[in-house]
Amino acid sequence: MSEEIILDIKDLKTSFELDDFEVKAVDGVSFKLPKGKTIGIVGESGSGKSITALSILRLLEKPGRIKGGEINFKGEDLTKMSDKRIRDIRGNEISMIFQEPMTSLNPVYTVGQQIRETLKVHQGLGKESGTKKGVELLKLVGIPSPEQRINQYPHELSGGMRQRVMIAMALACNPDLLIADEPTTALDVTIQAQILELINDLQKDLGMSVLMITHDMGVVAETCDYVAVMYGGKVVEYQDVKSLFKNPKHPYTVGLLNSIPRHDIDVEELEPIKGNVPNASEMPKGCRFAPRCPFATDLCVEELPTLDEQSDGGEVRCWIYTDRWNGDPEVKVNAKERTT
Amino acid sequence: MFQFIVRRLIQLIPVLLGVTILVFSLMHLSPGNPAHIIAGENAPASTVEQIENRLGLNDPIITQYFRFVKDAALLDFGNSWRTSLPVSSELWPKFWVTFELSIYSTIFSIFLGLFAGIISAVRQYSFADISIMLVALFGLSMPNFWLGLMLMQWFSIQLGWLPPTGWGTPQQIILPVITLGTMGAAVIARMTRSSMLDVISQDYIRTARAKGLKEKVVIYRHALKNALIPVVTVVGLQFGSLLAGSVLTESVFAINGMGKLIVDRILARDFPVVQASVLIIAVVFVFVNLIVDISYKFLNKRIKLD
Amino acid sequence: MSAEQANSTALKPKKVDGPLKRSIKDFYKKLAKNKSALVGGYLIIFLFIVAIVGPFLTTQDPDFIDYGVKFEGPSAEHWLGTDHHGRDMFTRIIHGLGITMSIGIIATIIGGIAGVITGLISGYYGGKLDAVIMRLIDILLAFPGILLALALISILGASLQNVMIAISIFAIPTFARIVRGSTLSVKNLEYIDAMKALGASDFRIICKHILPNILSPIIVQASLFIASAVLSASGLSFLGLGVQPPSPELGALLSDGRDFMWDAGHIALYPGLAIMLIVLAFNIFGDGLRDALDPKINK
Repeated sequence: MSEEIILDIKDLKTSFELDDFEVKAVDGVSFKLPKGKTIGIVGESGSGKSITALSILRLLEKPGRIKGGEINFKGEDLTKMSDKRIRDIRGNEISMIFQEPMTSLNPVYTVGQQIRETLKVHQGLGKESGTKKGVELLKLVGIPSPEQRINQYPHELSGGMRQRVMIAMALACNPDLLIADEPTTALDVTIQAQILELINDLQKDLGMSVLMITHDMGVVAETCDYVAVMYGGKVVEYQDVKSLFKNPKHPYTVGLLNSIPRHDIDVEELEPIKGNVPNASEMPKGCRFAPRCPFATDLCVEELPTLDEQSDGGEVRCWIYTDRWNGDPEVKVNAKERTT
Repeated sequence: MFQFIVRRLIQLIPVLLGVTILVFSLMHLSPGNPAHIIAGENAPASTVEQIENRLGLNDPIITQYFRFVKDAALLDFGNSWRTSLPVSSELWPKFWVTFELSIYSTIFSIFLGLFAGIISAVRQYSFADISIMLVALFGLSMPNFWLGLMLMQWFSIQLGWLPPTGWGTPQQIILPVITLGTMGAAVIARMTRSSMLDVISQDYIRTARAKGLKEKVVIYRHALKNALIPVVTVVGLQFGSLLAGSVLTESVFAINGMGKLIVDRILARDFPVVQASVLIIAVVFVFVNLIVDISYKFLNKRIKLD
Repeated sequence: MSAEQANSTALKPKKVDGPLKRSIKDFYKKLAKNKSALVGGYLIIFLFIVAIVGPFLTTQDPDFIDYGVKFEGPSAEHWLGTDHHGRDMFTRIIHGLGITMSIGIIATIIGGIAGVITGLISGYYGGKLDAVIMRLIDILLAFPGILLALALISILGASLQNVMIAISIFAIPTFARIVRGSTLSVKNLEYIDAMKALGASDFRIICKHILPNILSPIIVQASLFIASAVLSASGLSFLGLGVQPPSPELGALLSDGRDFMWDAGHIALYPGLAIMLIVLAFNIFGDGLRDALDPKINK
C-alpha cells in the first residue's frame, strides 16, 4: 500500500492485573490506519474494543496496564513515550470523544472554560483569543448562537449539544487522529445520524483520520473505510468496509450482520447470536468464539486460529479458512466463495 | 434560588417554634418551685409569693410561654437565679468565647481534613492513604476530653510549652482547638476521600486527562471542585457538634465559655442560664444549617440534572 | 438497593427462605466478606467477654481503698497503677468497661427501637402523619451533639439511669430518619403491593416484609450509634453530669484523672484508652458493615 499509515498498532496487549489473576482484555491486537481514513473497531461489549481505544492514549484506569506491543503514531511508539510527551499529544494530535456526553463534561465549568483549557494547554491561547476560537469551534460543530452557548454550563445543554461540544473540544487543536468511542450510543436516533454526519463532514474538511469504536454495524456502514471486528480481546476479521458487508468471513461477523436489519439483502428473520461474550477472566482455550459458533469442531475448541490474509485481501481468524478444518464440507465451500 | 431561600425560611418557623417550646418546658418540667430556689430554702412564704408574682409564675402557662418567646426574641432571658444578674449580660461574653473556639476549631478541621482527605484519595491504597485513614478512625473514636487531657499532660505538664488552661493568648488557643477540631478533621478527611474517589472515577475526569492536562490540574481543577460540594454539608453539621462539643473542651481547659457555663449552672440548678444557653446554641445551629443548605443548593444547581 | 438484591437472589434458589431468614443469611454473607467488619466484630466480642468475665477474674476489689499505695505507677501488683485512693486502676477499668458499654448499648437499644418504630410508621403511612413526625424529628435534631442530653440531664438530674434516658431520646431522630428512608425505598417494591392486594394487614407487612429488608442499615446505624453513645455517656460522666463517683464508669474515672493530672498522669491515660477501644470497635464494625452492604462498592 502506498498510503501513509498514521496509526500502526502491533500485537497490543492490555491487561487488568488484580490481586491474584490477570484479565487479558486486549490480547495481541494489530491493525493499521491509513491517513485520512476511518477504521471501525466493532464488537460487543467486553470484546476489548474500548480498552484498545483507551490504550492508545494511555488513559486506562488503575489496574489496567499495557503489557506489550507497539502503538506507532506518526512513527513514534506511544507506549514507550514519556508522560509529558503523551500529554502533549492528548487533545492536540490525538483527540478522543466518549460515549456518555451527559457525564463527559465537567459540570462545574462552563463550555467555554473547558474548551479554552485545551487551547491554552496546547496552543497557549489566552482568554480572549481562546473564547474567539471557542466560538468558531462551536459554530463549526453546528451549535446555534455559539456566543451565548459558550458561557453556559453543561447541564443547560441537551445530550446532542453536549456531544457537539465534546467534538468541538476534540477538534480544538486540529488533531491528526480522532478516537470516537461509541459517540452516538447514548443519543436519540435522529441525533445519532446528525452526529455521525458531522464527524464525516469534519473528517473530510479537516483531513483527520478517525478510529470509530462501535457495536453498531449501521454506524460502521455509514462512517468507516476499514473494519476490524473484535471478539474476546482479539481481532477476528479485518477488511475494507465494502468487502465486509458483501463477504463477511468470520462466523461472528456473519452473526453480527444477521442480527441487524439490512436493506441490501432480504433476510427473513433477524437472528441474534446465541450465548454471551465470554468473561475476560475465563477465556476459552481455542477460538474465543467456539462456544457460540454454529460450525465449531474439536479443532476450534482446542486450538486458537491465527489471523490470516485471504486471497481477496481480507484477514480472518478462523479455522474454516484453513486446510486443517474438517467440519461440514458445505460450510467450507461457502467459505471459499467468500474469499474470492 | 430566591424561592428556595424563602421556602427554607418558612420551614424554619415550626422548627424554631418547637425548639422554643422544648426549651421553655425545661424550666416547667424541672422539679421544684423556681421561686423557692431563688428565695433560698428558709425564705418566708411572703418572699416566695412576691417572687412568684414578679416572675409571673402564676399566669397561665400559655401566657408564660409567649412572654418567654417575646423576651427571648429581644434577647432578654430574665435574671439568673443564682447571681440575680440579667442572663444576657452573663451570657454574651461567654458566648463569644465559645463561638471563637468553635470557629477556630472548624477552620482547623477543614484545613487538616481536606488536606488529609485529598492526599488519601489521590494515593488510594498507598501507605500514606492507609495511615491517614487509620489516624482518622482513631480521631473519630477518641473521646475529645481525653485527647485534651493527654495534650495538656504532654505539652503543658511534661514539656511546659503551652499553658494548660485559659483562653485568649495564641498559646492558649492551640491545645483547645486541636482537642475540639480533631474529630471534625477526621470526619472531613473521610468524607473528602470518599467524595474525591467518587469524582475521580467520573467520565469528565477521563475527558480532562484526554485533553492532555497535567495530573495536578486534573485533580485540583477538575476533581476537587466537584468533590467539595458534598463536603460542605458535613462542615455545617460539624460546626454544630463543635458548638456542643465545646462543653467538654471548655471543661478540660477551664475556658470561661458558654459550655462551661452550662455545666456549672446545671449543677447549680440555675435554669434561666441553662435555658438561654441551650436555646442560643440550637438557634445558631439551625441557622448555620440553613446557610449550609443554601450554599449546597447554590453549588449543586449546576449538576442537578445528573 | 440491598433489599432489591435480596429480592432478586430469592428467585433463584429452589427453597425460598422467608424474608427474615434471607435477610440474616445475606447479612452474614456480606459480613464475612468484609475484613474490617470482621475485625470490629471480633473486637466487640472480646470486649464483651472482658466486660462479663473480667470482673470475676480480677482478684482485687475495685473499691478497695489503700492510701498506702496511692498514685502508684504500673507495677506487677497494680498493672495499671493506683488512683488517688490507692484503688487498683486495672480492676476499676475492667469493672468500668462493662458499665460504660452497657450504658451505650442499652441506650441505643431503647432509643433505637423507639426510633425504628417512629421511622417505620412515618415511612409506611406517609402523608400528614409523616410530615408531623418529620417536623418533630427536625426539632430534636436542632440540638446538636451532646446538647440535647445536657438539656435533659438538667431536668432529670445526674444519674446512670438518666444518662441512658437522655441518650436514648437523642437516638430517636437518627434512627427514625434512616428507617424512614429505607422504608420508603422498600415500600414501593412490587411484592409489597402484592401483599397488600392479598389483604395482608399493615402490621404483618411491616413486621414480616419491611422490617427484615431494612435490618442491615439499622444494624449499621446501631453499631455507629453505640460508638457515639459511649462517647456521650462518658463525656457526661466526665462533666459530673452522668454516673457519679465512686462508680468506676470510664468517664468518671477520667474525671478523677483530670483532678490529679499533676500528681499521676496514668490515672487519666488508661480509662481514656479503654473508652477509645470500645468506640473504635463499634466504629470499625459499623464502617465495615456499611461498606459491605453498600451496593456501589459491592456490585
